[in-house]
Amino acid sequence: MATGLSATTPLVEARGLTKRFAPPARLTDMFRKERPHTHAVNKVDLTISRGESIGLLGESGCGKTTTGRLLLKLIEPSAGDILFDGTAVAGLAGPSLIDFRKRAQLVFQNPFDALNPRFTIERALAEPLVNTGVERATHRDRVEKALSQVRLPPLARFEGLFPHQLSGGQLQRIVLARALVLEPDFIVADEPVSMLDVSVRAGVLNVMREVRASLGLAALYISHDLALVRYVCSRTLVMYLGRIVEEGPTEDLLKSPLHPYTRALMKAVPVPRVDQSRDPLPIIGNVSDARGQPKGCSFRDRCPLAIARCADDEPALRSVAPGRRVACHLV
Amino acid sequence: MEPPVLDVRNLSIEYRTSRGIVRAVDGVSFSVPKGAIVGLVGESGCGKTTVARSITGVLHQSARIAGGELVFKGKDLVAAPAKEWLEKRWRDISFIPQSAMNSLDPVYRIGAQLEEVLVHRGGRTRAEARSRSSELFDMVGLNPARLDEYPHQFSGGMRQRVAIALALALNPGLVIADEPVTALDVIVQRQILDVIRDLQRKLSLSMILVTHDISVVAYVSDKIVVMYAGRVVETGSTADVLERPRHPYMMGLTNAFPDLDTAAHDLVPIDGSPPDLASPPSGCRFAPRCPFLLPRCETDDPASAAMGEGRSVACHRAPEADDLRARAKESATWLPA
Repeated sequence: MATGLSATTPLVEARGLTKRFAPPARLTDMFRKERPHTHAVNKVDLTISRGESIGLLGESGCGKTTTGRLLLKLIEPSAGDILFDGTAVAGLAGPSLIDFRKRAQLVFQNPFDALNPRFTIERALAEPLVNTGVERATHRDRVEKALSQVRLPPLARFEGLFPHQLSGGQLQRIVLARALVLEPDFIVADEPVSMLDVSVRAGVLNVMREVRASLGLAALYISHDLALVRYVCSRTLVMYLGRIVEEGPTEDLLKSPLHPYTRALMKAVPVPRVDQSRDPLPIIGNVSDARGQPKGCSFRDRCPLAIARCADDEPALRSVAPGRRVACHLV
Repeated sequence: MEPPVLDVRNLSIEYRTSRGIVRAVDGVSFSVPKGAIVGLVGESGCGKTTVARSITGVLHQSARIAGGELVFKGKDLVAAPAKEWLEKRWRDISFIPQSAMNSLDPVYRIGAQLEEVLVHRGGRTRAEARSRSSELFDMVGLNPARLDEYPHQFSGGMRQRVAIALALALNPGLVIADEPVTALDVIVQRQILDVIRDLQRKLSLSMILVTHDISVVAYVSDKIVVMYAGRVVETGSTADVLERPRHPYMMGLTNAFPDLDTAAHDLVPIDGSPPDLASPPSGCRFAPRCPFLLPRCETDDPASAAMGEGRSVACHRAPEADDLRARAKESATWLPA
């Protein structure tokens, strides 16, 4: 793959990214014309610049994990394009695909599951190098370097150790080191600290922040946790039922959320203090079904502000202020 | 003052493991006042769930109560015959599990599962059970018309509401909720916490809420019990403990917690991890991670001492807490030496 067309091309660009999942086939489907597909990701546009960290925020089932997997070509989109460093990801195969894999890595959510229990830590860290055909003589140096990047050097202290002998915080840093050992330009971190206890979580978050800054890494953090996104991401996208409903610089977005969904989400987060608002949330009922594709705004059933137009007319994600986009008729 | 609904006195629980006996709960004491929600907080492995399970009498088969008392409404459950304890379960001490997904039987209608509790444990007739079920559904904000549906037809939040309805069916004297909102999304989590708060006020419920999440405790509970490595390190009113923590562990947690409301400060982790309870340190269990360590902390185990109204702290340096708290706010304090 060619290295960067120019400094201004975004590193990752998705246009109209869509992923539909077919429902499991049933016998009764023979009598139905069309089976409703689940629109996990629906016409998502996003760009990530070099060195930028973006938060993808949303509740379970909103499509945030699917978006991350699409961007890494772990699954194929139903429609839409992804450009990585100016090259279409869809066409990659053979050596160019391996090259892409080296440059775009995933950090898993559950460090206890992400490592093979029968591999030593050293082998787990070297595995990506083996798989992508990196010269064997350099492995030890590169593993050592990745470990110091996550502040766990030296490799010697893990000599002969297996994952079960490490704490959760250490394991999550090993999982991060394994993603870094290939010296990627882009990482997707899917709920990177949700499995960790509070007292160790902060350490992992600090390492992630440092690594990103010092290596100039572009990162997509997938999370349901607003506080985490605020801590590590400069820009945030809010996703609801497969669509991006709001986007903006993280601090602006948290200070003045514009979409009714973002506002409800902000209000719902409890804070570790006794004096906090306990007002009813400005939201109705539960998340609707992502099956089928109803007309209009996907949030309208739960929106306390919905008007007639919301039922017919799907709001486009449009620019409302510098760097801020919202998909709502009422903003 | 009314006597507490539950008084846990010096409770110890041991697990038999392949590596020998592990004392997961070691000399835990706290009480649950009538009509109050007590937040039992701590990190994974601190023993909070084991304490909760011991009160409901459903400890894992490898665990046993090695000592102490569980005084419920004036009577010690540990010393009582097993049958008596069994009878208390559900009728007077009920349980809200973490994942209502797994605790409801998928092949029975939800209404039938509620009625089963009411008929077999509560001694109601079918008709009474039916009307009580509707009443319970109303109480937790579910539509009684959906009583005849199956668990898979309910969303995660709705199933958690069902679990609450089940737990309240027989007007228990004590409700124990183990991470009742952990598996839920923020918005649903908030809705469930509101249900719990409303019902607690309306019915004057006494409740133990087990959680790892301090914000959940801050939102609903009146009193907080903080556990670390099998011990209670700090107790007191929620506001007091969160605003003026007196144990270094609690001070450290406050710094490590990302907070949406305050300015984005740098998070400071507590270096290290909790001790292995198969061979706990001889002194204070937090000593290996504590930035305010004194020589005596490593040899001399601090007892829990009362510090004013309803407040107790297990730390040798608790009298200097105000001073330490100021130092704990500096991130340099927590950097590994």
